Amino acid sequence: MTAEIGHFALILALLIATMQATLPLIGAHKGYGSWMATARPAAVTQFGLVAISFGCLTQLYLTSDFSVLNVVQNSHTAKPLIYKIAGVWANHEGSLLLWVLILSLFGSAVAVFGSNLPPRLRARVLSVQAMIAVGFYLFMLLTSNPFERVFPAPINGQDLNPLLQDPGLAIHPPMLYLGYVGFSMAFSFAIAALIEGRVDAAWARWVRPWTLAAWCFLTGGITLGSWWAYYELGWGGWWFWDPVENASFMPWLAGTALLHSSTVVEKRDTLKGWTILLAIITFSLSLLGTFLVRSGVLTSVHAFATDPARGVFILAFLIIVIGGSLALFAWRAPQLVSTGVFQPISREGALLLNNLIMATAAAAVLLGTLYPLLLDAIGGGKISVGPPFFNAVFIPLMVPMIAAMAVGPMLSWKRADLKPALTRLWTAALAAGAIMLAAWALFADGPVMGVLGIGLAGWLFIGTLVELGGRLQLFKVPLSDSFSRLRRTPRAAWGMTLAHLGLAITIAGMVGAGAWRTESIQAMKPGDTVTVAGYEFTFDGAKDGKGPNYSITEGTFRVFKGGKAVVTLNPEKRIYMVSKRQTTEAAIHTTFLGDLYAVVGDQDPSGAYVTRLYFNPLVAWMWGGVVIMVCAGCLSLTDRRHRIGAPAKSRAQGPVTAQMAGA
Amino acid sequence: MANRLVYILPLMVFLIMAVYFAIGLSKDPSILPSALINKPIPEFSLPPIDGGPGKGFSSADLRGNGVSVINVFASWCVPCRVEHPLIARLAALKVATVYGLNFKDKPKKALKWLQELGDPYAAHGSDPKGRVAIDFGVYGIPETFIIDNDGIIRYKYVGPINPGRLEKEILPIIKKFSP
Repeated sequence: MTAEIGHFALILALLIATMQATLPLIGAHKGYGSWMATARPAAVTQFGLVAISFGCLTQLYLTSDFSVLNVVQNSHTAKPLIYKIAGVWANHEGSLLLWVLILSLFGSAVAVFGSNLPPRLRARVLSVQAMIAVGFYLFMLLTSNPFERVFPAPINGQDLNPLLQDPGLAIHPPMLYLGYVGFSMAFSFAIAALIEGRVDAAWARWVRPWTLAAWCFLTGGITLGSWWAYYELGWGGWWFWDPVENASFMPWLAGTALLHSSTVVEKRDTLKGWTILLAIITFSLSLLGTFLVRSGVLTSVHAFATDPARGVFILAFLIIVIGGSLALFAWRAPQLVSTGVFQPISREGALLLNNLIMATAAAAVLLGTLYPLLLDAIGGGKISVGPPFFNAVFIPLMVPMIAAMAVGPMLSWKRADLKPALTRLWTAALAAGAIMLAAWALFADGPVMGVLGIGLAGWLFIGTLVELGGRLQLFKVPLSDSFSRLRRTPRAAWGMTLAHLGLAITIAGMVGAGAWRTESIQAMKPGDTVTVAGYEFTFDGAKDGKGPNYSITEGTFRVFKGGKAVVTLNPEKRIYMVSKRQTTEAAIHTTFLGDLYAVVGDQDPSGAYVTRLYFNPLVAWMWGGVVIMVCAGCLSLTDRRHRIGAPAKSRAQGPVTAQMAGA
Repeated sequence: MANRLVYILPLMVFLIMAVYFAIGLSKDPSILPSALINKPIPEFSLPPIDGGPGKGFSSADLRGNGVSVINVFASWCVPCRVEHPLIARLAALKVATVYGLNFKDKPKKALKWLQELGDPYAAHGSDPKGRVAIDFGVYGIPETFIIDNDGIIRYKYVGPINPGRLEKEILPIIKKFSP
């Protein structure tokens, strides 16, 4: 019964969304206030129905109802409670349900809190949102119904892919989807603006919080995924340029560009067409991410659904959404008038440079991800594009961007002079030089890029602090004046400063973990000792144990440095009982300067275990920097101008019809 | 007019991509072709592992000397370690000459590895940059090739071989092509 209620709610949601996609749009075009007014209740109702549907699926998982195919394929009675819940979205059908749940949640948020939006814009935005939703409902109901029954019902389920049974991965998809779907709001606003033919500062001010929130979630989501790969896959790496990782990274790059270009629209009334295009591209890449992961055109370790029938549907959907919006862009965007003019050396110029580099980076990642597909399509055979390509393309792009990132915030709007900005940065240059010398002294035999990278991180960090100091007039005016300036600094400005500082720390972490990692792979017998980066790992053997739905082989390493005990590491190897699949649980000891990382593998015939031991420098910086970046985004979200809203018309206005009559 | 074209460009790029997607959908992503099967081996000459015994081996050694097996391995490759006893067993059967192709490895580590686990290879060649491996289409090691008396590649296996694979596939194929 629960399954049928869920299914039925989904069908109703499709019908409501179809109505929401058409009536308000026509109403906005013709000026029918009552037609436009249907958008808000429809959006809220749609959310209610999807929530019911999602609740039903969750209930089916909690009660382990094995008459439902989706539950059979992804659950098991012995699975811990948290993974029964996470199992809802750790599969193809359920993850789509989560997608539309978030989409309708955001739609209803616009409906409920969007009182200060002009009614026409609001109606169109909600209408575009509903169009996206219709595509997803149809996709689910026609090709991926999560409520499909199975008869006869099996006694027990097939369990969830054990790699996915992990707290990090339980919250990774929702975070990622909050990001992807958040960009759908920027997209809907962009399409509505194209239909309307008007983009102004107020528009940018409405789009910005959505982009910012989406960016925060996506940043967090990608990092969780990366963190998961780091401790769960057991290879000591944190980014593999895997197609699925790239799928989430491309919208991030485009979204970061959008975040910066929307400031220009807001403050300077220019770069309008470009910003609209970025909004379309960012969401298109989010959809493409879904397409790449789910259609089977690219296979990868964790693409968990490959089905050509679904692929054809998604392709058609992509062509309608992306092709349609780009066609609309080609038709309408030339009519958007920009009033602001600026010199190449200016804040706008710097932000444009950021945009160009980010967009190029996104295009490069897209090319690398799709190249095997393109080659195969023209009969060029099957290849895969690996980290060497991405590193070779990506790093040279990031170097000038980070170098410019310290300078950009110091330039004034409209027209600026490079010389005073660079003069102020002499401390940063000095710091970068000192850091590079120190890095060279420590790691003379390491890669040159490592030294350069850590220097860049230092340059950005100090440069950002110098910019902050300049803003506060530190050491130029009395300290109390600086303090009051500090208090009056808008939170959005703090957000920028903190995010750039966070990025500097993250880059330092990436450089450290990427360039100066020490690894040692060998077979060890109990009592053996191996030295990695000055730490002595003594292997005490391994013993077998049992978890809730898996059996364990747990190894014990005692780690010493200079004869003093540092820590005892207990990596595990798990074999899941139902699927017979094996996972590794790396044991990680995090210190300020680096992670000690141990993995225990299979036993060879002589009784020795294959072990992998790593010292990964500065990994904690990488995660810490991202946490700072996400916090900076959240801080910026609470900025006064987002709370107050854009120059809004009085709330005490007449009914929509009356206003529209005047419009 | 030129300005107008700039706005149409994104659409054009996307449509071209969509065509590729459509073609890509009709292909099965899970099949990995082995383009070199029944083709002659590429010409190569490999030096021995630096500091190790032997003279290395070249494509000439693989012609007219019966069936040969090339096993691609590296000391950093954990699955290679797992399959190593089976390579040793295959070599001990003396049904084929087993060569080791040491892939992107440090000579010292490779020699230590061979010393530790035993050296079953009739000869080994060092391919530190993976150039020869590229000619052989190696993309994930361990990989094992069977080459007949005329220097034609007859079989390729990607991943560590297991006892079943050895008994049911590798040995019968070697037997089939033995002169």
